[in-house]
Amino acid sequence: MSITAAEIAIVGLSLKVALVATLLSLPIAIGIAWILARKEFFGKSLLNIAVHLPLVLPPVVTGYALLLLFGKQGVIGGALEAAFGVTLAFKWTGAALAAAVMGFPLMVRAIRLGFEAVDTGLEDAAATLGASKRAVFVHVTLPLIAPAILAGAVLGFAKAMGEFGATITFVASIPGETETLPSAIYTLLQVPGGETAALLLIGLSIVISIAALTVSEVLARRAMKRVSGR
Amino acid sequence: MSLRVDVQLALGAFRLDAKLDAGVGTTVLYGRSGSGKTSVINAISGLHTPDTGRITLDDNVLFDSKAGINIPVHERRIGYVFQDARLFPHLTVAQNLDFGTRFSAIAVRSKERATLVDTLGIGALLQRHPAALSGGEKQRVALGRALLSSPRLLLLDEPLAALDEARKQEIMPYLERLRARGGPPMIYVTHDMSEIVRLADRLVVLRDGACVVQGLAEDVLGDPMNVKLIGVQDAGALLRGVIDHHAQDGLTAIRLSAGMLHVPHVDLDVGAQVRLRIRAQDVILSLKAPEGLSTQNALQVRITDIHVGDGPSVAIGLRAGSDRLIARITARALSDLQLQKGQSIWAILKANAVPATAIAQSGNVTSDIV
Repeated sequence: MSITAAEIAIVGLSLKVALVATLLSLPIAIGIAWILARKEFFGKSLLNIAVHLPLVLPPVVTGYALLLLFGKQGVIGGALEAAFGVTLAFKWTGAALAAAVMGFPLMVRAIRLGFEAVDTGLEDAAATLGASKRAVFVHVTLPLIAPAILAGAVLGFAKAMGEFGATITFVASIPGETETLPSAIYTLLQVPGGETAALLLIGLSIVISIAALTVSEVLARRAMKRVSGR
Repeated sequence: MSLRVDVQLALGAFRLDAKLDAGVGTTVLYGRSGSGKTSVINAISGLHTPDTGRITLDDNVLFDSKAGINIPVHERRIGYVFQDARLFPHLTVAQNLDFGTRFSAIAVRSKERATLVDTLGIGALLQRHPAALSGGEKQRVALGRALLSSPRLLLLDEPLAALDEARKQEIMPYLERLRARGGPPMIYVTHDMSEIVRLADRLVVLRDGACVVQGLAEDVLGDPMNVKLIGVQDAGALLRGVIDHHAQDGLTAIRLSAGMLHVPHVDLDVGAQVRLRIRAQDVILSLKAPEGLSTQNALQVRITDIHVGDGPSVAIGLRAGSDRLIARITARALSDLQLQKGQSIWAILKANAVPATAIAQSGNVTSDIV
């Protein structure tokens, strides 16, 4: 039993999808988390509900909603195709979108907690020293919530790596295009005699998960140390 | 420098309606907690926006509700030293110190910075993080950080309140030096009289959100009308004097305009100019020059005011040479002695009534100027 090119492709695609999903949604998650933590406005609870929907809806429902919105005939999907020639449905980019949407609420929750824990007195102090709102955010707030951002990113990445229901509904499981680790494992388990190959992929996903956790633990410890200044 | 504040603000049940002026030197805002001191300096800094009013610094309008002007905090160039230091935990001491300089249009020369670091005694801490500093060290760094941002005005919100007595004595000299060397004008919030003796040029007394009395510290504290506002325990006049000599028996003689005062040893050189506070409740009045008393401290004074309040005690305003003095006596003593305005009498006080914490060097502070 050895790792074949096909398996490497599956792992590579999964990592690519998860990374792209995490990195692209992170800035938006930071923005939404900041709004939810710091701003009071009409419709705030609606925004909060919208952000959390993917967490509570059955993933299949989310996937189907994505298909309706971002499919070739969808409102947004059609516009994207017409304007930029970008297709999401049944493409790896669509898999990344599905993974990002599913991981988004977890990211926002973690980062929002970070914002809420920041001592606003430090931000006031920075302002009296001449820092504009933007400078305060960049030089004080962001560094202070670095551990929370990291935690949110790790959660989002883990969710993206494991995302199955919404992904398979939105982009199916096309080898080489949208077949990520979970969907590949699922496909193999449906085929008689596919258990051995599935076990290999399962082993790989365990290794990746443990590696990701270890890296995040090290980074989190370093960030924590930096923030508390010890 | 001239700061004019006239602001109104409602915060729940609390109402602030404060009018005050401040100039060069140190203006102390004095009052109990909840009297609105911090609200006033937060309005000056821009951290809190008043409901109505106007704040001007020289010819610069910082806030004017009618004209719709509200300069943002970071454009006011007003430094702020908070009670809890508020150093940035993710930055080293050096990075904290330099935080403001990158936003300031005025470049701080490296020589100036080095001198300030040296004066504050924080040279050895530069590479440390705030978590590794003591309370006194944190507050010194916070003071340095605020000064390095080249403020036009420095606000200090009870910067010593969270420190023990030893740590206070560690920082007070820097504040005194800052005032003496003509650093930025300061608005200093406190409820501690000993800090007033050492720092205040002007004094503003706040009560229930209003500035009830303000003026030169000597005038405010020397007016018997204000005894009740200051608090009967704390009220006392400020007098000026010169260290005359240190006696063999451990007492120090201070020459006042009205005569000599003998107090427990004061650690200042002969010839040093001092300011001291004599609490109204420590002054005893006598119609005749004292004889056969254990104290040597008797000053010939003249009665300028008799302020009968609604309580059993009476505040007497006295002229002692060129200084003012106030005494608090009972209404019964007033009628027994038949004291009258203009009458010449003797004010007697024990040496221990003027402890070292009530005496501060003033005027030509020695040469180690920043």
